[in-house]
Amino acid sequence: MSKPLDYENLNENVKKCQYAVRGELYLRASELQKEGKKIIFTNVGNPHALGQKPLTFPRQVIALCQAPFLLDDPNVGLVFPADTIARAKHYLSLTSGGLGAYSDSRGIPGIRKEVAEFIERRDGYPSDPELIFLTDGASKGVMQILNAIIRSDRDGILVPVPQYPLYSATISLLGGSLVPYYLEETANWGLDIVNLRQSVAQARSQGKTVRAMVIINPGNPTGQCLSEANLKEVLKFCYENNLVLLGDEVYQQNIYQDERPFISARKVLMDMGGPISKELQLVSFHTVSKGYWGECGQRGGYFEMTNVSPKTVEEIYKVASISLSPNVPGQIFLGLMVSPPKPGDISYERFVRESKGVLESLRRRAQIMTDGFNSCRNVVCNFTEGAMYSFPQIRLPPKAIEAAKKAGKVPDVFYCLKLLEATGISTVPGSGFGQKDGVFHLRTTILPAEEDMPAIMASFKKFNDDFMEQYEDYRGYSRM
Amino acid sequence: MRRFVAHSARRRNNFTTCVLRHCTLPLRLWSSTSTSKPCYFSGSVASGGSASAPPLTLDTINPKVLKCEYAVLGETFILAQRLQQELKENPGSHPFNELLYCNIGNPHSLGQQPITFFREVLALCDHPVLLDRAETRGYFSADAVERALQILNQIPERATGAYSHTQGIKGLRDTIASGIEARDGYPADPNDIFLIDGASPAVHIIIQLLLRSEEDGILCPIPQYPLYSGSIALHGGSLVPYYLDEETEWGLEISELKNQLETEKSKGITVRALVVINPGNPTGQVLAESNQREIVDFCKNEGLVLIADEVYQENVYVPDKKFHSFKKVSQSMKYGMEDIPLVSLQSISKGYYGECGRRGGYMEVTGFCSEIREQIYKVASLDTCSNISGQILASLVMNPPKVGDDSYESFSSEKEAILSSLARRAKTLEDALNSLEGVTCNRAEGAMYLFPRIELPKKAIEAAKAVNTAPDAFYARCLLNATGIVVIPGCGFGQVPGQWHFRCTILPQEDKIPIVVSRLTEFHKAFMDEFRN
Repeated sequence: MSKPLDYENLNENVKKCQYAVRGELYLRASELQKEGKKIIFTNVGNPHALGQKPLTFPRQVIALCQAPFLLDDPNVGLVFPADTIARAKHYLSLTSGGLGAYSDSRGIPGIRKEVAEFIERRDGYPSDPELIFLTDGASKGVMQILNAIIRSDRDGILVPVPQYPLYSATISLLGGSLVPYYLEETANWGLDIVNLRQSVAQARSQGKTVRAMVIINPGNPTGQCLSEANLKEVLKFCYENNLVLLGDEVYQQNIYQDERPFISARKVLMDMGGPISKELQLVSFHTVSKGYWGECGQRGGYFEMTNVSPKTVEEIYKVASISLSPNVPGQIFLGLMVSPPKPGDISYERFVRESKGVLESLRRRAQIMTDGFNSCRNVVCNFTEGAMYSFPQIRLPPKAIEAAKKAGKVPDVFYCLKLLEATGISTVPGSGFGQKDGVFHLRTTILPAEEDMPAIMASFKKFNDDFMEQYEDYRGYSRM
Repeated sequence: MRRFVAHSARRRNNFTTCVLRHCTLPLRLWSSTSTSKPCYFSGSVASGGSASAPPLTLDTINPKVLKCEYAVLGETFILAQRLQQELKENPGSHPFNELLYCNIGNPHSLGQQPITFFREVLALCDHPVLLDRAETRGYFSADAVERALQILNQIPERATGAYSHTQGIKGLRDTIASGIEARDGYPADPNDIFLIDGASPAVHIIIQLLLRSEEDGILCPIPQYPLYSGSIALHGGSLVPYYLDEETEWGLEISELKNQLETEKSKGITVRALVVINPGNPTGQVLAESNQREIVDFCKNEGLVLIADEVYQENVYVPDKKFHSFKKVSQSMKYGMEDIPLVSLQSISKGYYGECGRRGGYMEVTGFCSEIREQIYKVASLDTCSNISGQILASLVMNPPKVGDDSYESFSSEKEAILSSLARRAKTLEDALNSLEGVTCNRAEGAMYLFPRIELPKKAIEAAKAVNTAPDAFYARCLLNATGIVVIPGCGFGQVPGQWHFRCTILPQEDKIPIVVSRLTEFHKAFMDEFRN
């Protein structure tokens, strides 16, 4: 008798779903690390793992919330600044029994209110806490919303290529269809409306109903920041085609140029006014894992729904309630993120100093990496305008592609494995994010410590230029 | 406000779908809040959004979302929230001045205190700066400091804010594996352990792997914890019920399992797995070892995955029963580990620690081939990893202070106090329920609940029908309105058709128990006086 659960009788959707970020390269890197090789993990946006220090203020507050007996001690004011004590008491009072009690399935009401207030300050338009759900990280929120939308494989979701593979993996897992729209690398990974229309038309001609469109702004892995004009175009497009817009805005704090500051999809929508602002359905996602906070391990995030009817919100609430509640410490981190220390607060100066330090360093590292890649043979790299990644294009010579085929590997996987073995740099091959046929990339983060950057880029350049030397046809391409 | 649903139990052998019924509020109240028109999608382009309905409405939402239910936070709870609000705005508006929540296993929300040692370690891990200075270290017990240092050294860069390995921090899994070994007397492999955000996400992962279509079924106990029915509906499979026997203290009969299995097979359903909740929820029974061996044999012979929900393993209140993990039981039998595909679930939400709000726990996955383990890993990796604080707590729960440790005595007395209090409250409430007219209640051998059966008089059943509500939901609502006591009607968990139950937790603090008992007793007498035949 065959086993009760083996590959043959496994849910097909599970088989189909792929998630490269923790896939082949990462597993090989982990193996090598176990064998004693020094690995530089640049495969995941995981700042604290690469030495970035947590901000002091939230850690003080959460420690007091973890161990409320500290608050009872008369000398606590000597150890913790007064504003952290006040904040800890504030958040504990919002819970239904401290960090250890299930909260409302949508998140602690007081914290959802703070999120709404943050959104209003940021955008200039009021936000309804009832339409804000806190989640164990933004990813869970994305999965919940896609699960509400996807009914069958005839439901298509527009996803940018390249994209963060949570989207492709979740769509596969839920049995839906991914409808790709290509970002234009030569136009700084810009969105092309013509291509968008073509993708939708093609999907419809295959009998699919296109239900939603995902935008990642700032982009992952591409880093581009959308302009207001871009966002307007996207919103109009979704309105005309009756799509829900899913705005993944988790990198909104990570902006490294001044021409295009972050502007939320919701603000642009509200600015447009008229029927579209009252009818276009939008879900916006945010997290404590990125920005200058980088608190990935807390699993804190939220989604905000715009123009979704109360009955539909009820159903989404119902599904959330099966998992009872998002984790309470993560919710508190989120509360602290949306209402950080203000001028005049005791912790304000330190907080600003620490935050600025992180952001300015990220900006410098984004530049170092882009320049570093562009100095390498057969490598072209757009500037990282935002987010946490660099996505250089690697122009692999035909001989390298052949060698990859012989080794049974996708060409960019082949390149990245060789890079890993030679230098210990662990990246994610571009095929994990999607790319145009015959064009190869890799994704790395800009997170290694600033002082390590020159050595890392030098190590990469040496490997790359040697690789290109090895595989380039010395007769030159034109002869092929 | 949420739409209310009340389950109505179907005929035996037909518990695959639930009948949804609206609450007593007039339907027009709901339709007036609707902003969407019915919408029929074809592949054609809608020009201008205003001419057609929005893309995400009740008509176009994933139908599995509509189908799934979760009674624990359903109708009665929503009514309770409303009453709570009314009391706040208008004290004295009800015949009680506080609500008594007996609906959910959420100990800290009712005043249970966290275990000091655990919180000390967590605070130090969250803010390691405290460890660097002698004055701040002095606030914490020496072994908490030591444990925090040990844990931080197992985390790269001491970074509790970083994503960890998808299965959880290796050092913590090692600790948990040792804890499992100490518990069972058999080895455990850290690579079999997946730390997750509570037991619930683990259930979703396994169920997703198992269910290919509606023709795949999972055997679930009736009554069951509605995570299982909810998850099966959400992932498009079939729930195959097996009835626990109330007459024999909620006994699990293999003959019942066999009957249900055969019936489903004849309907073309492939039964993939068996869920066993031990200690039971809502029923509280602790399985006898001999029973567990029969279950393991049954799974082996029928080719089923065994899903062992063991989150209440530290909640056993009776001297004649003891918790045995299914892993231990199967290892003690003639089988090798690879013979029995088993998923064992543990959580930090229950026991004596009750840390629900953390979302922490693990599943131990044994007896599966490496390809399946890779698939489990892959699905788990979509979420990158579980929260670190919860991971740390799981390792503390599975490896608490030992004899000789600085904190051992205070830890022991905290633990003992909580567990013995739970046992006392279980007994007091059980006795109180059994003294009520027409109510019988099995003892709570473990877990956190009592699940009494009420013989509702015909008049009450008719009154319930008249307001379009299941009889036990009607009773629960009357109880709530009269006394402020919040329980969950048995239909939310499943029961033999024509029988009525409700689930009541044993969690209100001990000083509140007399009030619960007196209000309940008074209400029940009045209810029976009103509706007696």
